[in-house]
Amino acid sequence: MCLVARHLEANGIPTLCLGSARDIMTAGRPPRAAFVDYPLGHSAGKPFDRDDQLAVVKAALQGFNTLTQPGQMLTLPNRWDNDDWIADAGSNQGDDTRQPRDESPQFQLAADREAALATGAL
Amino acid sequence: MTVNYMDAIRQRYERLGYTAYRWFVTDETPAWQKLSVPLDKARLGMLSTSGAYAVGQVAYHYKDDTSIRAIASDTASADLRFSHITENYLVDPRKDPNCILPIDTLRKLVSDGTIGSLADKVYSCMGGVYSQRRIRDETAPAILEQFRDQQIDCALLVAM
Repeated sequence: MCLVARHLEANGIPTLCLGSARDIMTAGRPPRAAFVDYPLGHSAGKPFDRDDQLAVVKAALQGFNTLTQPGQMLTLPNRWDNDDWIADAGSNQGDDTRQPRDESPQFQLAADREAALATGAL
Repeated sequence: MTVNYMDAIRQRYERLGYTAYRWFVTDETPAWQKLSVPLDKARLGMLSTSGAYAVGQVAYHYKDDTSIRAIASDTASADLRFSHITENYLVDPRKDPNCILPIDTLRKLVSDGTIGSLADKVYSCMGGVYSQRRIRDETAPAILEQFRDQQIDCALLVAM
């Protein structure tokens, strides 16, 4: 994401990156960033919590007004409901959580394959 | 306490005998482009690196898939699906796509006047690609071309 943001900005498009991995965004130095301390997969808010989603995205977008130096990062005040996820997320134990590297499309549902065949996309 | 993902993942892969994932790391100050219009007048573009696709589109594959999907911004969130090499992070997005592809959220921010308008299409790609060269040469220019075509004033990028 940081590489894409930097490329867009270098070509005239102002960008803002919203993410939940502070270290990865710090390393990649996108032009503007907003960090929300949520488990990965929830950068745009808690599931089914419309108020939280609105608050997170709205606060992040304010970075377009408040960030004035390239490479700055905003930290959002939002908190996850508990801290139980932190130990697991930061653990160096456990198995490889990546899926096998395979070149066939990995449809979420079998019906999605049928839908893609029907539109001619597949 | 903030999670240090790079250290944790590096150590985990090392313990399992895998080559380390190479994140993009730079000391170079990024480019900077000022907004040409205030946010409440701006046409916003959006990219989510979550591997999202709409029903009827082809899912991502897990071997450095550098392709992108253009998703009509009036797509119902119930018609959004996800394929991403780290599927373990997709549990909640697959129930409520707005966690990672804020399509309903952005429509609300247009109606409450926070942003001027949303581009006709929003975009996805899949994070976790191993080749930085291919992101530079393929994904980034493809997104730039699409955003230019959509005549956006600024872009929100949502990381998986």
